[in-house]
Amino acid sequence: MATLYLSVLVLIPLGAVVWRSREDGWSAFWSDVTTPEAWSTIKLTVLASLGVAAINVVMGTLIAWVLVRDSFPGQRIVEVLIDLPFALPTIVAGLVLIALYGPDSPVGVSLAYSRPGVVLALLFVTLPFVVRTVQPVLLELDVEMEEAAASLGASRFTTFRRIILPNLVPAILAGAGLSFARAMSEYGSTVLISGNIPFRTQVSSVHIYNQIENDNTTGAAAVATLLLIVSLVVLFGINLIERWAVNRD
Amino acid sequence: MTIEITNITKRFGDFVALDNVSLEIPDGDLTALLGPSGGGKSTLLRVIAGLETPDDGSVAFSGEDATGLPPQRRNVGFVFQHYAAFKHMSVARNVAFGLEIRKRPKAEIERRVKELLELVHLEAFAHRRPSQLSGGQRQRMALARALAVEPRVLLLDEPFGALDAQVRKELRVWLRRLHDEIHVTTVFVTHDQEEAMDVADRIVVIANGRVEQIGSPDDLYEHPANDFVMSFLGPVTSLNGQLVRPHDIELLAGPEPGSAHATVVRVVRLGFETRVELLVDGSDVWVQTTKETADRLGIDAGCTIHVRPAADAIRPGQRQPSPLASPVAVG
Amino acid sequence: MTRYLLRFVALFYLAFLLVIPVGVVFRRTFANGFGVFWDSITTPEAVHAFKVTLIVALVAVALNTVFGVSVSLLLVRRNFRGKRVLNLLIDLPLAISPVVVGLALILVYGRLTPVGEWFGNRGIDILYAIPAMVMATAFVSLPLVVRELVPVLEEIGTDQEQAASTLGASAFQTFRRITLPAIRWALVYGIILTFARSLGEFGAIAVVSGRIRNETQTLTLLVHERYTNFDQEGAYAISFTLAFIAIVSMVVLTTVRPKER
Repeated sequence: MATLYLSVLVLIPLGAVVWRSREDGWSAFWSDVTTPEAWSTIKLTVLASLGVAAINVVMGTLIAWVLVRDSFPGQRIVEVLIDLPFALPTIVAGLVLIALYGPDSPVGVSLAYSRPGVVLALLFVTLPFVVRTVQPVLLELDVEMEEAAASLGASRFTTFRRIILPNLVPAILAGAGLSFARAMSEYGSTVLISGNIPFRTQVSSVHIYNQIENDNTTGAAAVATLLLIVSLVVLFGINLIERWAVNRD
Repeated sequence: MTIEITNITKRFGDFVALDNVSLEIPDGDLTALLGPSGGGKSTLLRVIAGLETPDDGSVAFSGEDATGLPPQRRNVGFVFQHYAAFKHMSVARNVAFGLEIRKRPKAEIERRVKELLELVHLEAFAHRRPSQLSGGQRQRMALARALAVEPRVLLLDEPFGALDAQVRKELRVWLRRLHDEIHVTTVFVTHDQEEAMDVADRIVVIANGRVEQIGSPDDLYEHPANDFVMSFLGPVTSLNGQLVRPHDIELLAGPEPGSAHATVVRVVRLGFETRVELLVDGSDVWVQTTKETADRLGIDAGCTIHVRPAADAIRPGQRQPSPLASPVAVG
Repeated sequence: MTRYLLRFVALFYLAFLLVIPVGVVFRRTFANGFGVFWDSITTPEAVHAFKVTLIVALVAVALNTVFGVSVSLLLVRRNFRGKRVLNLLIDLPLAISPVVVGLALILVYGRLTPVGEWFGNRGIDILYAIPAMVMATAFVSLPLVVRELVPVLEEIGTDQEQAASTLGASAFQTFRRITLPAIRWALVYGIILTFARSLGEFGAIAVVSGRIRNETQTLTLLVHERYTNFDQEGAYAISFTLAFIAIVSMVVLTTVRPKER
């Protein structure tokens, strides 16, 4: 019964997307994906997502560190706040960002209609990912390993670099992978702040939407399939990393 | 390298872990800090290592004050109860770590690591991960790692606490032999009195944040300073409100001066030794005696017998004449 | 010292990415007083959008709860070939763009497809109507209940259930009296997560709903419409409402969570 639900909802529709994308043949698929407009959105989406994943690796680890190792008043509130991007509807996230960084910005900064605006929106929605994968690992980390390193003469920084960080790497990578996948598929938050200027600030999901509206479902399906494949590869990679980490203990 | 501990006090919130503790650990000795859990012995060890900062008092190594130094600069080797192995590095890299920090040349590191792994009989495991080793092997690796940087003092915090009874006994013997070979001033913490008696040159009994007594295993056994030390090290039973060792109680067929009337409850024969459980004036007492004595007196459950402490029985509080004991500075 | 530097950088980043933008929205929403805000969220189309959003969310939650519980039990208590594939499939919706979800549903259930036509001939619209919206919402929130239940089920183990069966309980009785109480809080957590996610869905709904005002418009679509029609105040009003619900659910979730961790 569960399989029926799963098929009706997930498998068949997704299969249809892939099917549709190859409907007019392989070369048609390729040309759909490489139209100047489509290709520029793919480039922007992939590059922005990679950039966002990289920023999250640094900031996410830093935030996780501060939440676990530091203590200050209001910490519990910050802890809860991190999950806000999970709970907030993406369109609201877009509006929230445009309120501060858009044309009517109270601080006079305007990132609207620009690529940094896209990156900002993606950073917002992917904020929790690395933080939440790294936090539990940091909490479980054996403090005695750090004490042993200190007794052997290692400075705080060396201890971090050679003892703590290597143990965090699988969690960081898993979080980065999730960030990447999420950023690649993001729609709602970028729709407003980017202005969706073709060849400049349009991301792939917006492009797909436009193709659907223009009845070019095959073209839409082609780009969608490409994104699907990339996502699957990333998910699989994350899975492998997580299994490697478990085997190591 | 002697260790001089002077007036150390350490509190965790309201809890006083160490209360004005002073003692001196002689160079080259293998000293045990023995006591019940929560008594302060681990805290004292960590204060020596610099892993805890005392609220009061000082720590010095051969006259050099180390109280303000972080653990990195004290050159002490520390071995943890749960090994604290660097799980993402191989055994060889673990042992090499301290040397790599000190930027020794690669050839020297390799040579030293090999030497140490041979010392602890782990040469075959050089490239394995700690997770592939047994508990006992991991602890030997931890020891090799601590010794690699030639520390002036070696500190072990309940090093065998996480291991099986059999492995514990083996490693105990092995530690003693290692110390005889290397002669580094060594201090180890344990709550197991058998372990302390077996391995240490001197024992420091610590309870409730204070030093109860210091001496060799024999000293402590034969001349315990108080009831606590007496009952902590070695078997005790209570006769007429006084603590006495079960093997120091005489069994007599009939009443004699100083003896008490007793009813036998149970006789347990354990090979050569026989254990007799008695009721004296409503209290439980047990006596350790030989099979021969028990047979001679014809003891059995339910029969009446007389008991009294032997004339030369060990009693708490008799001052020992040994010059090794430093005066106990209690709070 | 480094500690203060790290703390400062972290809080600074969070302030400018998260806190201040949200604060600005709050301020803008009530810039002209509570009355204007209230009028904005009680227009007929706003009320209708609210009803549509609620219905879609509740049905999606119900479907995913049933599915979630059965699949979790399946994954944890049984072993079968393809288990890993099933796991991967369930996690898939998290990595797929919501627009692609919409596209997929169009291709299978649209008016010109075999399935869509079959239903269409019987007067039931799937696409550009509630059914497709429910399916889209259920798709994107599929994994949430499962991912909450699986770790809990693994942790509690089968001992209690086995004890119950030796005492004569049937499978259903065991489930109702032993398993369900044990996973109660994880289930509540998963349901609230699913509900919050369903309320906030935008991309997939944008594609399959046809955005027909007063018929298939959800609150999120209303926000978009108002903003692009230069009714910024109206957009902020609805956004505030949605954000408020999101924050309330987060607070509720935080209180529920410690009970079973």
